[in-house]
Amino acid sequence: MDKFRMIFQFLQSNQESFMNGICGIMALASAQMYSAFDFNCPCLPHYNLAYGLGILLVPPFILFLLGFVLNNNVSMLAEEWRRPRGHRGKDPAVLRYMFCSMAQRAMIAPVVWVSVTLLDGKCITCAFCTSVPVETLGNISHPGFSQGEMKRVLARIPCKEIYDGQELIANEVAVRYLRCISQALGWCFVLLMTTLAFLVRSLRPCFTQAIFLKSRYWSHYIDIERKLFDETCAEHARSFARVCIQQFFEGMSTDLAAIRCHSPRKTPADAGEAVEKLLGITDQSTMNSALKSWHRCKPPLHLQHPALHSSNGCAGEEHPPAHSPVPRREMAAYYSRV
Amino acid sequence: MDCFRMIFQYFQSNSESVMNGICGLLALASVKIYTCFDFSCPCLPWYNMAYGLGIMFIPSVIFLFCGLILNRQSLVMLEEWSRPQGSRKKDPAVIRYMCSSIMQRAMVAPIVWIIVTLLDGKCLICAFSGSVDPEKFVGFANTTPVQVQQLLAKVPCKDDELMRNNTSRKAVSRYLRCWSQALGWSILLILIIAAFLARWFRPCFDQVTLLQAHHWSNYIDIEQKIFEETCCEHSRQFAHKCILHFFESMREEIKLHSFRLPREGEGAEREEDLLRGIANQDQVNKLLKMWYYEKPPLNVSQVTHR
Repeated sequence: MDKFRMIFQFLQSNQESFMNGICGIMALASAQMYSAFDFNCPCLPHYNLAYGLGILLVPPFILFLLGFVLNNNVSMLAEEWRRPRGHRGKDPAVLRYMFCSMAQRAMIAPVVWVSVTLLDGKCITCAFCTSVPVETLGNISHPGFSQGEMKRVLARIPCKEIYDGQELIANEVAVRYLRCISQALGWCFVLLMTTLAFLVRSLRPCFTQAIFLKSRYWSHYIDIERKLFDETCAEHARSFARVCIQQFFEGMSTDLAAIRCHSPRKTPADAGEAVEKLLGITDQSTMNSALKSWHRCKPPLHLQHPALHSSNGCAGEEHPPAHSPVPRREMAAYYSRV
Repeated sequence: MDCFRMIFQYFQSNSESVMNGICGLLALASVKIYTCFDFSCPCLPWYNMAYGLGIMFIPSVIFLFCGLILNRQSLVMLEEWSRPQGSRKKDPAVIRYMCSSIMQRAMVAPIVWIIVTLLDGKCLICAFSGSVDPEKFVGFANTTPVQVQQLLAKVPCKDDELMRNNTSRKAVSRYLRCWSQALGWSILLILIIAAFLARWFRPCFDQVTLLQAHHWSNYIDIEQKIFEETCCEHSRQFAHKCILHFFESMREEIKLHSFRLPREGEGAEREEDLLRGIANQDQVNKLLKMWYYEKPPLNVSQVTHR
């Protein structure tokens, strides 16, 4: 259990590790889904190809899209792509990095499905049983079979219990042949994917390593910034609610005290702390403009000294400033009001 | 047990996670219930379709209602929708946002049930075995229409004496199952494409309204929780004071004949503080009524200016 907890904490430690965990779970789930799925070849001439190729290709596509849907970074990428420029420039390299890393993770479950399907062999057997070379493997000169009739008989190869063409071509021979081709395809596919992954991983540092490091840093930054913003908003909402409810109770008691001529209640001690956490935002319209500015006009990536900190300057501005503050040198001092 | 506790703590960390956890549990429950359920097709001409389609749709409606009932946010949303305006105006965007997030989560378990049903195939074979074209299958081509209907209705029952080793039955069964699985995968594909497009293109439309609606719907949820906690605390103090008062009044009667002065502890003043001046049933009832009929405005600036 200790080991499990360590793994769980490690995967939770940042968004990338978490996504790696999800990606691994989806790969296992795709293998499990394939074994749970009851493959059922229709054994009819045109349906076989559609069914076989459908089972080979449609679930991987679904798993690929599911990999994107489950990835929280998708909305982050779309938001970063569509936001107005404001005071903060947009770096297409960062967007490309985010998209590539999401696509790479989303590819793993479909590759697992395709490999497992090909290595198992049922799909290829079902799809291509009508194209078996009867001249070499069977007895083509057997009389009494027209083209259509032969196709109908061959289509029943995957269904042993209704196969009636044993004189034309033995069922086991055809199945073994098709399965051999399927497994060869499967192993070649796995080899190809592994080679590609190896080449990408080993050759990438030879090109654009500096840009890669920069893009990775800023994509992590955007992710962390969004999380912190959500946490700050939640904390703010909590303090706002606390103060709002306290005021409500006080308002009621003041009304009642006015009738009884008592002195008004003093503010409870913990109201002070809750008020501080409000960060100066004390009503609905101010909060709405804060949220609007966050999207329309994100602050520049330039930390300032507290004494020099001025307003965001985004209210009412629609056009970006003359020179965009692309951060070439960051200030060393760490300043945070969170 | 440790791993359950960790998973539980992760899901409890905020109310969205709780809802996602419940939604996931319902989806797993629907798969488990399907595997445990003993499907038993009646194999009679009109009953098949009713049974097959009934098993496909009725449990999904039940799961939909379960998803709505188990989600705490649906009550919060209904309250927000039905409350009188008072000093706090209502934002339809917030209500729409809450409604759509509740419906999305509630739809997961019914969709999982329908897809598992279609991928398994038994329901569709049972419902539509009588609607298959008998000309396509050798064993059913040369019989009278009434007999054909009866035979086709028996296709889902493998152990029936007429159907036991019938190759045409197996052909019809395979044909219907193939269609059922194709339908299941297609529905899954369409839904995933829709979810993918929604996730990609949502930030392109009105991201500001979305941020604001998300924030205020979260706020309403937190406010409701804190109000309940405050009321709980208040009622605890109320009960404490009430009982102490009762014992005091009993003691007063006994002390009537003695000369000891009643003690005034500092504890009494502190407890009065916690009661915030609301110290009898009518006042509490009035407070609860005001909370519903006239929620306070979203403006706490008077505190900061004191």
